[in-house]
Amino acid sequence: MTISLSDRAFRAIVIQAVVVALVAAAGWYLVANTLRNLDLRGIATGFGFLWREAGLPIAESPIAYAPTDNYGRALLIGVLNTLKVAAIGVVLATLLGTAIGIARLSKNWLLCRLSAIYVEFLRDLPLLLQLLFWYTLLQILPGPRGALQPLPGVYLSNRGLLFPSLVWEGAHLAILGLAALGLLLTIVYRRIARAAQLRDGRHRPVWPAACLLMLAAPAIAWAALGRPAEIDVPTLQGFNFHGGVLVSPEFFALLFGLVTYTAAFIAEIVRAGILAVSPGQWEAARALGLPTGLILGKIVLPQALRVIVPPLTSQYLNLTKNSSLAVAIGYQDIVSVANTALNQTGQAIEGIAIIMAVYLSISLSISLFMNWFDRRTTLKGR
Amino acid sequence: MPIHLSWVRANLFSSWLSTAVTLLLAYLIARGLIAMLDWSIVKAVWSVPGGDTEICRALRGSGACWAVVGTKYRFILFGAYPYDEQWRPAVCIALFVALYALSANRALWRRELVLVWLAILGAIGVLMWGGVFGLVAVPQDRWGGLPVTLILATFGIALAFPIAILVALGRRSDMPAIRWLCIAYIELIRGVPLISLLFVASVIFPLFLPEGLELDKLLRAQIAIILFAAAYLAEVVRGGLQSLSDGQYEAADALGLGYWRKTSLVILPQALRQVIPPLVNTFIALFKDTSLVLIIGIFDLLSAAKTAIVEPAWQGFGVEVYLVVASIYFAFCFAMSRYSQALEGHLLRKTRR
Repeated sequence: MTISLSDRAFRAIVIQAVVVALVAAAGWYLVANTLRNLDLRGIATGFGFLWREAGLPIAESPIAYAPTDNYGRALLIGVLNTLKVAAIGVVLATLLGTAIGIARLSKNWLLCRLSAIYVEFLRDLPLLLQLLFWYTLLQILPGPRGALQPLPGVYLSNRGLLFPSLVWEGAHLAILGLAALGLLLTIVYRRIARAAQLRDGRHRPVWPAACLLMLAAPAIAWAALGRPAEIDVPTLQGFNFHGGVLVSPEFFALLFGLVTYTAAFIAEIVRAGILAVSPGQWEAARALGLPTGLILGKIVLPQALRVIVPPLTSQYLNLTKNSSLAVAIGYQDIVSVANTALNQTGQAIEGIAIIMAVYLSISLSISLFMNWFDRRTTLKGR
Repeated sequence: MPIHLSWVRANLFSSWLSTAVTLLLAYLIARGLIAMLDWSIVKAVWSVPGGDTEICRALRGSGACWAVVGTKYRFILFGAYPYDEQWRPAVCIALFVALYALSANRALWRRELVLVWLAILGAIGVLMWGGVFGLVAVPQDRWGGLPVTLILATFGIALAFPIAILVALGRRSDMPAIRWLCIAYIELIRGVPLISLLFVASVIFPLFLPEGLELDKLLRAQIAIILFAAAYLAEVVRGGLQSLSDGQYEAADALGLGYWRKTSLVILPQALRQVIPPLVNTFIALFKDTSLVLIIGIFDLLSAAKTAIVEPAWQGFGVEVYLVVASIYFAFCFAMSRYSQALEGHLLRKTRR
């Protein structure tokens, strides 16, 4: 074999070697510059700072935290706060988005137009602008004394949203455990019922067993345990509220903004998904005499899901990434905490590397999970 | 549109459920509209003589204080650009709009359009910077407002485009090293939020550079936005490349064209035409995303609006200012998204024919 540049395989190797060498050289140049600059400015490197005292206050945290704790714990709380807003946001955005997407296809002209206007407005404005707008709106609300009361016991003021909560007792945990066990048993029962139906063709409804296992059993247990239900209702004392659960204005504005914004995109995805199911499916189901709810649930949605899931995944990822805008309104997510940490320690590279690593792992986990879900729902070809 | 009774019955009152929905929505819309008109027009304050905002404060939020917009609109639109020179950013905005209008015209989709883009973007640079043709030089840290938003978005997409084409081609290349490099680039950028890239631009870029060399903050943010947009655009372009049938590649091979001639003469002209609607959508997303530069302290439109209400006299009138800024963003994005939809319909009809 002669080696010459006109040989395709050899040329490919040369091109790749040159490109890789160029990229490596550029990377090496940047790293060398960075090391020299860090040295000149006397900035420490490495992740040792994670074990140093942070001294940064965090307003809301799902686990115990004091400013005397170390940076590692502060960053962990940032991650938990990000996950919290993303998880709640994904669920609420899916519900709202699906509702609006279906409303968009409604035969009622007013409902259809209104949801179209919603989608158009929310999609065409920057999310950051929307977040700042909601946050500003919350700030000009009256104080606790003049708080709005949208529902009895629920108060909305410039301190945030307050609602009644259940006083948590050990008995509740047992009841919750029982309900979870009920869910598990229901799933097992459903499998058995399905298998039996495949054998003799007789349909066995699952819902009576489900009601019994998941609702009735925990309810009986609750009654047997002496009906523990002390509700903590927020009450105004002096200038502030006591009791209840407080949702901070920062969290509320961020969640509200993320959910309403993402719901607009999800609505379009759901609409496109439902439209992608051919009208023949509707007609065939109607000819069988199925009611609309059953057609939607058993025939149209399962087929629409195949079209909906992939773009929905990217919306979930977008919502998670967009939650990083929290830094602009002062909700302490990972970006906000890491940003403060890097300003305090000067270790910018490590701080940003942590932010990126967190988001990359969240993105990767969501897409792995959704790929698995997608594989389960795709049509199995024969 | 004449409204017939039958249309009303079929579309608003077809069943008891539909009737209930219609009545409920009509009630809510009526209440919302009345409250809106009351706040924004009936009880609104349009100007404050002598800059005394007490009249606005006395409303306690029951009416809008549009006076804040009247007083601050030059700052919101142009930021801290020298007051006497603000005709220059104003001309730039007009040039940007003209550029969009020209590019929207399908009859002008030719290679020469690239030259028009280069010329107009060059003219905008000269106008903003100054220092030549008797224009006073204005340093970048004084730029602000709408021109900065338009610059970040337009230069972002224009400069990301060639990179995106190369990366998209690289991702479909049969050389593994090149393919993996491109995949790593795309996935890395798309996996992290834009704000982290902007942080990189504002705090790590300066460390990358050799001693004595410094880049403007705006330029650094622009580089981050270009790299960000390139990864998303690369996926858009890849969609176009994949939509071509294998026959096109095979035919070009059969003609004996080499890789670059095949790509530039046969593949790209067809693939890029396919991706214009998603390209416009990417541009809309980027246009909205440029507002994130607020977080690293660059004066774009949103940032200027936020700063306008920092002054104690005007504190608490954020809602009014944000509504005005929202209408500017909406005007641009709505026009572009309508255009993209129309174009999509047109291209679809063309391929079906």
